Amino acid sequence: MPDFEWGFTLLLVSSGLMIGLMYSLIALGFVLVYKATDAINFAQGEFVMFAAIMAAASMDAGIPFWLAALLALTGMIAFCFGLERVVLRKLLGRPIIAVIMATIGLASLIRGFATLVFGAGVRAITLPVGDDPLYLGPIMLPPVQLVGAGVSLVFLAGFTWFFLRTRMGVAMRAVADNQTVSMGMGINVQRYFALAWALTGVVSALGGIIWGAMLGVDNQLPLVGLKVFPVVIMGGLDSIIGAVVGGLIVGVVEALAAGYLDPMVGGGTKDFAPYVLMILMLVIRPYGLFGTRRIDRI
Amino acid sequence: MFYRESGVFKTSYAADMALLPLPSTRWAVAALLLLFVAVVPLVSDEYALSILSLILIAVVGAIGLNILVGYTDQVSIGHGAFMSVGAYTAANLIVRMHAPFWIAVPAGGLMAALIGVVVGIPSLRIKGLYLAISTLAAQLIIEWVINHVSWVSGGTQASIQVPPPSVFGVVLQRPWQIYLFLLAFVVLAIVGTQNLIRGRIGRAFIAVRDRDVAAEIIGIDIFRYKLLAFAISSFYAGVTGVLYSYYLGIANYEQFQLDVSINFLAMVIIGGLGSTLGPIFGAIFVTLLPIVTRRVLESAGGLFFAASDLSAVIPSLRLVIFGGLIIFFLVVEPEGLNRLWRNIRNYFRTWPFSY
Repeated sequence: MPDFEWGFTLLLVSSGLMIGLMYSLIALGFVLVYKATDAINFAQGEFVMFAAIMAAASMDAGIPFWLAALLALTGMIAFCFGLERVVLRKLLGRPIIAVIMATIGLASLIRGFATLVFGAGVRAITLPVGDDPLYLGPIMLPPVQLVGAGVSLVFLAGFTWFFLRTRMGVAMRAVADNQTVSMGMGINVQRYFALAWALTGVVSALGGIIWGAMLGVDNQLPLVGLKVFPVVIMGGLDSIIGAVVGGLIVGVVEALAAGYLDPMVGGGTKDFAPYVLMILMLVIRPYGLFGTRRIDRI
Repeated sequence: MFYRESGVFKTSYAADMALLPLPSTRWAVAALLLLFVAVVPLVSDEYALSILSLILIAVVGAIGLNILVGYTDQVSIGHGAFMSVGAYTAANLIVRMHAPFWIAVPAGGLMAALIGVVVGIPSLRIKGLYLAISTLAAQLIIEWVINHVSWVSGGTQASIQVPPPSVFGVVLQRPWQIYLFLLAFVVLAIVGTQNLIRGRIGRAFIAVRDRDVAAEIIGIDIFRYKLLAFAISSFYAGVTGVLYSYYLGIANYEQFQLDVSINFLAMVIIGGLGSTLGPIFGAIFVTLLPIVTRRVLESAGGLFFAASDLSAVIPSLRLVIFGGLIIFFLVVEPEGLNRLWRNIRNYFRTWPFSY
């Protein structure tokens, strides 16, 4: 085991927190859909990749960054609206496995479609920021991570405000809480289901641009989506603040595991540690830190 | 399974519960068995036999997963990992202790069942989505353990060479021998499942699936039966893993990754949940899909794609078709291929005098 050093640990924790915020952003997409429609999206990682590919492909075509980002954003919103209309609306009221399998099928569909249309090569998204890292004492922060964490923070705060203060947000919370009563109060439940998916599209587009800028855009990018599950289980499936805290926990655990455990066991703990943590959480407190306790114990 | 009858003429419980209720069914099953045991190995070449063997292996796994998903409505995204548990258990036994197949196969199954129960324990507290996620975690954790613990995985490349099985002193090396070996397990799996499902345990499974609260009230121990379903299903998965490594001659974790779990789920969904024929159809369909896609594209794909792109296009097109089919069946025909088969059968039941 490498000796414990404050500087090294601080570096790991700080980068873990940054990455964690970026996980939170993706996890938010999952939480939004689960909260409003009770649907589980196993294709979150593929959504992120799809958005990233759209942005990267349009940048390759010479479109400036802001316009490319806007294109990816509108593309994802349109895609999610279409998806909700064509597939998920038909699966309402069906057993949970139907939705799980539909999104798993969707994941494979998107992955194949993206490489079919846009090619399998690695693309890059360049954020309009420099490459020089920011130094704070022993801490070194690459600008990509800083921007990613910043964007995540802004949008997490934005969504919190949206749900607490706007008419639409309150209506969405009502739909999530009880669909029948919401219908009785004159809320168009189907429209809010579609809206929830569209918001997921927005979040995935942002996540895609950030993660694409950090990791490069290719068919490995959906693996980021696998991290969504530890994040949402830790934080609680239907809690936005839970997604943030869960993301931070997973980010830090992952960074510490990579820094301290990897030399001992020979790599790979980064992808493994969050899941062990998640299993523990499932056994101790399955509804997560901030989730609603409403698990059927049967 | 496949029979036509013109009415219900059963006069005893034994007749009602019979596996093969009509003489015509008995004849049909006998003919099918004869076809697969005697005719198919004689007329097929090695390539066809290798595809048939793959289908047979998939059938065992799909039937097993169907017990879990179709009969008790629990989702597992970790069956690929349970298969690898079976495969590595058997491979270690075979290589270190020279275990014959009749020890290696059940041992692999039992080990997978044990691990399956451990993973299934969360299903005592949680269900639905949570269970799906915890089996996903199991898949990733088991994969990691096999990859990193060289005591399990045999060190280099995390793969162990498995010698071919020998039955009564005959070493099975030729494709048709392996094919018959696998066929025997498929028959065992089908008959075993049929008997399981029409017995006490199977009825308890179905009761738990249809309404768990009501099942508990009529005295079914839900936890026990849910765990039992997990154990039986993982046992089948373990056996599948052992068979697969016998077939390949090697146990390798790369053969049992997340996409394998998803493939098996797709077989069960496309074939039709909660039936015996469904997973068989699904296994055939999903195994043939990439092969047929490749064949069709290689002969006709030149019309749409440049020849140089074809090798890149085929895998992604396969993904698109695969995902598209899963969604299609979920939305349009939730009962899968089995429903289509039943529709055809019902049409011919009274044919040609349908009025």
